[in-house]
Amino acid sequence: MFTFFFVCLIIASFMCLYRVMVGPTPPDRMVAIDILGIIVVGMCALFAAYKGRDFYLYIAISWAILSFVGTLALVKFLEGRGFDE
Amino acid sequence: MSNNFALGFVIVGVAFDLLGCLGLIRLPDIYNRLQAATKSVTLGTCAILFGIFLEFGFSSGGIKALICIIFIMLTSPTAAHALARGSHIGGFKLWEGSKVDKLKEDRESK
Repeated sequence: MFTFFFVCLIIASFMCLYRVMVGPTPPDRMVAIDILGIIVVGMCALFAAYKGRDFYLYIAISWAILSFVGTLALVKFLEGRGFDE
Repeated sequence: MSNNFALGFVIVGVAFDLLGCLGLIRLPDIYNRLQAATKSVTLGTCAILFGIFLEFGFSSGGIKALICIIFIMLTSPTAAHALARGSHIGGFKLWEGSKVDKLKEDRESK
């Protein structure tokens, strides 16, 4: 049962990686990186229930914080290009 | 998992994650992809974390899952809004089938 959940989430992660690789414009890649971070948070939570230990949730919380900060940094890069025009 | 409610929440969350990433591949435009992927993946991950909370109960693991739910519900729509606004300001075009562009009308009217 847990194997099925992990396989579904890994398929979703590879869909995000496909969009990172193929995406025609830079914001497509940024959206895919943001979504990939949120999916990894869910996978860490499932792994905590699979192993029965709770310290994997520390990894989930810190991954969520780092993903949010990274997305905001990339967005500043996008808006900075608009100021030059 | 021991609890049936927890199992139901986890199944719903995994299904929402998978369908959101399918929308990330399938849709034609940056804004369509953003609005398909962000909302459903946020709801799916929050459902998975709530299932983990029901599994652990009010122990240290359950409280950490609740904190993670609150944090994701605060930050993920903020990041999506910043991405959409930043890509619109950065000059990336809408898909040619899109009819309404309220942000462009708002910025032209000022």
